[in-house]
Amino acid sequence: MSTPGMNTKPALPNFDVEALRRDFPILAREINGKPLVFLDSAASAQKPRVVLESLRKTYEEEYANVHRGVYWLSATATKNYENVRKKLKTFFNAKDEREFVFTKGTTEGINLVAQSWGRAFLKAGDEVLITGLEHHSNIVPWQMLRDQIGIKLVVAPIDRNGNLIWEAFEKLLSAKTKLVAVAQVSNALGTILPIQDIVRAGHAVGAKVLIDAAQGAPHMRTDLQALDADFYAFSGHKLYGPTGTGALWGKKELLDAMPPWQGGGDMIKSVSFEKTDYADVPAKFEAGTPNIADVIAMGAAIDYLSALPWDAIEAHEADVLAYGTSLLKAIPGLRLIGEADHKAGVMSFVLEGVHPHDIGTILDQDGVSVRAGNHCAEPVMEFFGVPGTARASLGMYSTRAEMDALAAAIRKVQEIFA
Amino acid sequence: MSDLRDLYQEVILDHSKKPRNFGPLDHANHEAKGHNPLCGDRVTVFLDLDDAGMVKDVHFQGSGCAISMASASLMTELVKGKTVDDAKALFEQFHALVTGETDAPLTASADDMDRLEPLTGVREFPMRVKCATLAWHTFIAALDGKRDPVVTE
Repeated sequence: MSTPGMNTKPALPNFDVEALRRDFPILAREINGKPLVFLDSAASAQKPRVVLESLRKTYEEEYANVHRGVYWLSATATKNYENVRKKLKTFFNAKDEREFVFTKGTTEGINLVAQSWGRAFLKAGDEVLITGLEHHSNIVPWQMLRDQIGIKLVVAPIDRNGNLIWEAFEKLLSAKTKLVAVAQVSNALGTILPIQDIVRAGHAVGAKVLIDAAQGAPHMRTDLQALDADFYAFSGHKLYGPTGTGALWGKKELLDAMPPWQGGGDMIKSVSFEKTDYADVPAKFEAGTPNIADVIAMGAAIDYLSALPWDAIEAHEADVLAYGTSLLKAIPGLRLIGEADHKAGVMSFVLEGVHPHDIGTILDQDGVSVRAGNHCAEPVMEFFGVPGTARASLGMYSTRAEMDALAAAIRKVQEIFA
Repeated sequence: MSDLRDLYQEVILDHSKKPRNFGPLDHANHEAKGHNPLCGDRVTVFLDLDDAGMVKDVHFQGSGCAISMASASLMTELVKGKTVDDAKALFEQFHALVTGETDAPLTASADDMDRLEPLTGVREFPMRVKCATLAWHTFIAALDGKRDPVVTE
């Protein structure tokens, strides 16, 4: 795994962000008569033209249901759909493409682990260890499981800068810990968690480790075989693909042993009224007609990302983040929320005397799109004693000029509220 | 910027920075909570309602954006001394005003509506209408003695 915040490679001269931006049609539009400055990629990323073209091609030329027909269209759609697993296998360096279960996003992937693996293999008193940085989607599924079977949810604390307190995390690990479930990158603060160390420490006490990669996958390449986690869930729509896509990667032997979580067509070998034989993974976990065209378009996004110079992109994103951070820190009355040692893609902030919602509205008038609120991470907000923050989050297409526009728009907020 | 100045008028900024009737009300006999989970705004409305159905006193407490704080503050000033029926009629009128239903019949007093005029800026910002109405919905819930928190989003 490479972690952009942890190295200081200079931006490679061959990376042209303006050329990259031209691949994303929406970035050329205006909002309120101003050029769009899209700073909400952590909520959902914009799509390159190849993704839109893939959707068009599927529906206009190659669309039919999958895994059903003997006719050419169905066979072609099936091949295109299943090929996406191969693309993911290569992109994430997994051992076996059957280890990728398509989901509608990270949330569904985590719920699948909780309801299938959790209900089958955990029992009352077993502990699931998460961190104080988690998104609601890596909290609530475990609370639901707690209420169903009596597991214990344990939370490892963070410090005032938004770093995981490693010593406290280690102390909470024990033989009772059966699962460690952590974000690769915090959506609210941008903290990059040391997932390689977390996997090692979790395995050392015999726990399985799940990585919520919703925010991690878009910002850094991850080698799943090197990482050696047990589950890795990500969203296609944050990875420049369509909404309603994502995948849960799991080690094959774990997925094989897990019971299905939804029943229906496409996930069975044979059905009678007495007994059903389930299909093998991944079909076992993909009941019903899947999100065919969107999954194929997620494959187009993966192709697009695979062809990009990632070292240069990580260096570029780190540069824009550092530049934006320096501009924001120079604004009197602005408080950055989350100044972890290693960060990716997110600047959360509050302004003295101005509610984040008002910041969001005023920035929007200048075409600057940021998220305002609790970012589905209420416990994080509570920890920092704020009702919410304004959050500017970056994609690989973000630029230094956009950071200038953000800073100028924030100063306008302060003029209005002066 | 002109739209923004319509939204963030001096009256709004003043009430949001110095909200009137802010804080708990010791002698309240009605109370309701409101929450907008989307933006995290929270408000509690406290009422002292007399036997004749008049709002003797009203306070609010909470945190939120400038629009929601100012709207709550203005509301407390306007509904104090009104009967339950008049207060509800004012709410209906206010709701029509901020959602842009201009053909709604005018039942509230022109003076009251003038006081609420600064909040009409939200009409151009549909995402913010909930901010302006949260305290009012909560006030109605307090009048009606609702136990469950009001949730808007």
